[in-house]
Amino acid sequence: MTATPVVHAEGLIRSFSGRRVVDSVSFTLRGGDCLALFGPNGAGKTTLLRLVAGLLAPAQGTVQVNGVSIREGAAARAQVGLVSHASMLYGALTVRENVELAARLYGLADPSAAAHAALALMKVDDRADAFARTLSRGLQQRVSIARAMVHQPRLLLCDEPYTGLDDAGSAALTAVLTERREAGAALLLVTHNLTEGLALATQAAIMRRGRFVRHEARELLDPGAYQSQYRELAAVHD
Amino acid sequence: MTTASEPLPLARPRRDPLLGVAIVAVALVYVRALAFTPIEARQGPAQKILYIHASAAFIALYVAFALMAVCSILYLWLKDEKLDRVAESAAEVGLTFTTVVLLTGPLWGKTIWGAWWTWDARLTSTLFLWFLIVAYSLLRGAVEERGRRARYSAVLGILAALLVPFIHLSVYLFRTLHPMPILLKPSAPSMPAEMQVTFFSAFSAFLLLFAALLRARYRIATLRDLVASREEHAG
Amino acid sequence: MTEPRVANPPGTLAASWIVARKDLAIEFRTRTAFLSALVFALLGVTIFYFAWDATAVSAADLAPGVLWVIFTFAGLLGLQRSFGSELADRAIDGLLGAPISREAIYLGKALANLVFVGGILVVTIPAVVLFYNLPMGEGIGALAGIAALAAIGLVAVGTLFSAMAVNTRMAELLLPMLSLPFFVPIVMGAAQSSARLMAGRPIAEAWPWLRILVAFDIVFVTACTLAFPYTLDE
Repeated sequence: MTATPVVHAEGLIRSFSGRRVVDSVSFTLRGGDCLALFGPNGAGKTTLLRLVAGLLAPAQGTVQVNGVSIREGAAARAQVGLVSHASMLYGALTVRENVELAARLYGLADPSAAAHAALALMKVDDRADAFARTLSRGLQQRVSIARAMVHQPRLLLCDEPYTGLDDAGSAALTAVLTERREAGAALLLVTHNLTEGLALATQAAIMRRGRFVRHEARELLDPGAYQSQYRELAAVHD
Repeated sequence: MTTASEPLPLARPRRDPLLGVAIVAVALVYVRALAFTPIEARQGPAQKILYIHASAAFIALYVAFALMAVCSILYLWLKDEKLDRVAESAAEVGLTFTTVVLLTGPLWGKTIWGAWWTWDARLTSTLFLWFLIVAYSLLRGAVEERGRRARYSAVLGILAALLVPFIHLSVYLFRTLHPMPILLKPSAPSMPAEMQVTFFSAFSAFLLLFAALLRARYRIATLRDLVASREEHAG
Repeated sequence: MTEPRVANPPGTLAASWIVARKDLAIEFRTRTAFLSALVFALLGVTIFYFAWDATAVSAADLAPGVLWVIFTFAGLLGLQRSFGSELADRAIDGLLGAPISREAIYLGKALANLVFVGGILVVTIPAVVLFYNLPMGEGIGALAGIAALAAIGLVAVGTLFSAMAVNTRMAELLLPMLSLPFFVPIVMGAAQSSARLMAGRPIAEAWPWLRILVAFDIVFVTACTLAFPYTLDE
């Protein structure tokens, strides 16, 4: 494979108050890859995601998106979409305005068309003119996902995106993630739900205390065995 | 950084010889000022407050503030925690000295001008400086996380240093009542030699005191951070 | 589609404008902060009028001081809410993850605050002229200029400190404590120069104060723009 990987993380280290929250993490994702990242609370998954998104600076190590370091400048972030724990929405703006804002920030040529398309994909376009704060948590989550994808990023970072979604929402999300993956994007999916994670994954990793304690290709895994192994690993607390 | 198994350094409290020397120096200067320096003709014995007032003012402004500002810039560049601790210590010691100026200034003013407070240039500038350092201390108190606290303090330190000339300019433009700087005239100093010697000795003694207090305060900051790191590692 | 949508990430100025528009849209939607600050300003101006002995000091002499002090406190009310909307649902992460510079976020918010403060001035200055019986005429243009300079300085410093204060336990107390020392040269410059202008003195007398205002604006807009990225948790 000679194409530049979508994301290449090397030796990422990040500490908070003297404790290494991310401890020498490296991975590479190419177009069409999906890394499902599992792990107990406090393992450092969210911090890792923020490092890859360029929201945090690593103490050591680098993250390159499409060959450009994510800390190098604003343009490197143009290819990244982030779905995090918080909705990242402005409650006082409408659903449409929130997604259009994202479209403008990413420099899209036709922000309203792009926003409409993204909202339609997540089946939430009928609430487009409602204020974001009036929506239920699940619908807000759908809007957050639409927001993260309005610019059709090559790298999608999702932190427990299935949280709060009902069946329809989950189905829409899976469809969208699958479509993105098939279109050549790379996904990094943090989730507690092994079934959903493994369904989309081409790679799977388990993070504990800042390190990848397991990281392998999906096809080498037996989902049943993985489940019990994961429970064992996750149950051992510091 | 020591590991959890090693004992903390400085297990016994140590007296800093520098602090002792500084205190003795200040005491000696007082003796000289009170007993061995001639009384100024117009202002009388109260003029001797000048030795504390002017020394402390000079040190508070130029040394403490400059140290805070320089450490702030260096911290943002180098991210070394030690620089943040020096800035913190300089601010606290500077606050003490500035409070001294604000307390002795009115004492002098009452005797010389008959008024406890006048909005003259120097005193006013010092008051604003005092507010700035208090704001700096309040900011440090309001932020718990160490890295963020250091960064915020550094930003405030730099902005405060940039503000100082504007305060001086504004206040000077507004009014000037302070006695002319009799020492800093390039042509001929108006102070007789005896007084000049006392003044410069006082300045040196207070500078020494500043350095000693700074060092003591820095030690406290280092130990405090060390203890905090241990607690985080253990928890 | 296999390729990402055609995109041209906005430069700093364009991005600032997007951020500013967003802030103003939010503010316009609710309007409570603006109306509160406005009412506060008008109330303050009114109260001050009755706090002085009108026979001892003429209202016209009082006016500049009252105007610029009230402007400062009303401005603070507006600045307080500047970063609140960003923290509520971590919306700031949306801005930080976008391909825009950190400086654009600061400039955008400062611009929105400038419009806010400008809106207050547009109502408060005529109110002061009215209540304090100020002889206005040619001076109004100069007063607008002074107001613009003062507002820029206030907003530059206040936006930066608001970014810091919002992350602390004592935000409402900390913002005034940090900002007011910095507002001193602004208030002095604005009050002294507008007093001279309103008294019909030649511009040359106000010039030293105006120079301080201009220099303050240049220094602090630059310094605060450069310092802003350090207030972010990265």
